[in-house]
Amino acid sequence: MRDTELSEFFLEERDGATVLTLTGDWTIRTVGALDEPLRALELPPLPVILDVQQLQLLDTAGAYLIDRTVRESCAQGAIRYEFQGEHTQARDLLALVTSQSEPCDDDEPHRTTVVDVLARMGHAAVDFWSEAYETFSFIGQATFTTGKLLLQPHKIRWTSVVAVMEEAGLDALPIISFLSFFVGVVIAFIGATMLQQTLGSTVFTVELVGWAMMREFGVVLTGILLAGRTNSSFTAQIGSMKMRQEVDAMKTLGLDPIETLVVPRVIAMLIMTPFLAFGATMAGLFGGLIISWSMLDISPILFISRIQEIVVINNFWVGMAKTPVFGLIVALIACRQGLDVGGDVQSLGKATTASVVHAIFLIIVTDAIFAMIYMELDI
Amino acid sequence: MTEALIQVRGLRMQFGDHVVHDQLDLDVMRGETIGVIGPSGCGKSVLLSQIVGLITPTKGEIRVFGEDLSEMPADERRAFEQRWSVMFQDGALFSNLTVRENVMAPMREHTELSRHLCRELADLKIRLSGLSPEAANKRPSELSGGMRKRAALARALALDPELIFLDEPTAGLDPITAGRFDSLIRDLSRALGLTVFLVTHDLDTLKATCDRIAVLGDKRVKYIGPMAEVARIKDPWIEEYFGGPRGRSVVD
Repeated sequence: MRDTELSEFFLEERDGATVLTLTGDWTIRTVGALDEPLRALELPPLPVILDVQQLQLLDTAGAYLIDRTVRESCAQGAIRYEFQGEHTQARDLLALVTSQSEPCDDDEPHRTTVVDVLARMGHAAVDFWSEAYETFSFIGQATFTTGKLLLQPHKIRWTSVVAVMEEAGLDALPIISFLSFFVGVVIAFIGATMLQQTLGSTVFTVELVGWAMMREFGVVLTGILLAGRTNSSFTAQIGSMKMRQEVDAMKTLGLDPIETLVVPRVIAMLIMTPFLAFGATMAGLFGGLIISWSMLDISPILFISRIQEIVVINNFWVGMAKTPVFGLIVALIACRQGLDVGGDVQSLGKATTASVVHAIFLIIVTDAIFAMIYMELDI
Repeated sequence: MTEALIQVRGLRMQFGDHVVHDQLDLDVMRGETIGVIGPSGCGKSVLLSQIVGLITPTKGEIRVFGEDLSEMPADERRAFEQRWSVMFQDGALFSNLTVRENVMAPMREHTELSRHLCRELADLKIRLSGLSPEAANKRPSELSGGMRKRAALARALALDPELIFLDEPTAGLDPITAGRFDSLIRDLSRALGLTVFLVTHDLDTLKATCDRIAVLGDKRVKYIGPMAEVARIKDPWIEEYFGGPRGRSVVD
């Protein structure tokens, strides 16, 4: 590879013409320094002669700069420029560049005014309602289709149901149990410290862990982890299928995307969420048990018998009753956002974010609603 | 002009048990336009990816501009890779940037030109590639297939490369747009002294742009030469390729 030569230009007037002598390499790597001097250069209104004898390499960037300089001086007269000296590419390249040198359209200026801010707020408000409307209409459609298919079980795509059950259910069990275990540990720790200070007894730690894990934490943790793990994956799967027009292809082949994509996911999540929540609850209780045993001298037998006698089984069913609802939220929100993806990458990113955020939001809100209902029912 | 820009020697590419290339040799000379053809699945695009260094061959040697990329330190290699550019089949434009920003991206990354000059040069490249001036501010998703290919070509030309790889440049374009694209490639390669490595199925593109044609088959380059010579070779696939109704009208 040869070394690059510094590009330079010289200007002189000779026989009523401006002679612009170009030397060295005029390529995209070298012309950066010449941009400002050439822009500032004002050529007299005379014919221009380009001396290219000592010009070495030339590319479109260099040719553009030469063309721009000469073009400005030629704006008044019809005279373009003439060449002096020989160069293999200069003539062709300059001719090519000259023919295409007009700038493209300007981009629209972005100036934010008060009106824009108000407009954005208005859009956001309207979008919120249309989003809610669309979500509800999708939920209705999906529920209807799921119900219809449940009456004709042979029409359900069981292969994909089982595949989703493994991918979104079974594969999530280790991480969900692991996290739940540590939440159980933390509750036992905090509980023990608090109870020791207030009541002077740590044995109620068992009740605390039992109540918290069974009623709330096991289930909500499962819901939130599924929202993070499964929502993003469902939305990305369906969204990229939408982007590659696979969903359109399904429609033209007479396949209903709700039937083929949404229903299997809904059914799989309905089945698997209770199992995952059960796993999470057990792992959390186990975490509490380990701490009680190792730090508080509550033997596993005492722990289990207290759970059985004092923390009644009702608490377990109260928690488990919420799980199918959470599973439904996860699957429906994810599919709805996935089918909402447009043609570009950004909408996929947006939909995935929206999917996770909406799901976590709805899970916590639903959990609060459940808590209120249970309070009224006194369970 | 007889310097070989790309030298491929004894190339072997294997995915699992599936051997795509075996003992493949190929030379591409400076300033020529070479068209690579072959049946579907014969590894045309894989060959391209190997030469530009996106995938590493199982065995064999690839030299571009006389240098073996696999032996080069990473930063040197990055600087070296600016001497060529690739136009991918679907354009592979950055979807969150406008066309102009797409073309400016390599310039802003690899040169020290002012923003103003980058912009002017980007506009020049956009025009050179035959896009209309209002396309500069559009995003790739707002462009038609033909416009996207042109924008991809504009980006490939951004740094004035010496060597340009085109993967199916005219696939999916209507005959008029494809024809214009062919003459665009030919004009640009002549005016800029480009070396072009072209992977294509399009007989018209081959005829309009290529100096030589390399036919891939049996895991290697089976034949290489000017189109008129290659078209006369007695080989079942070549006879079918050039002898079919589409081929005959181009060769005659």
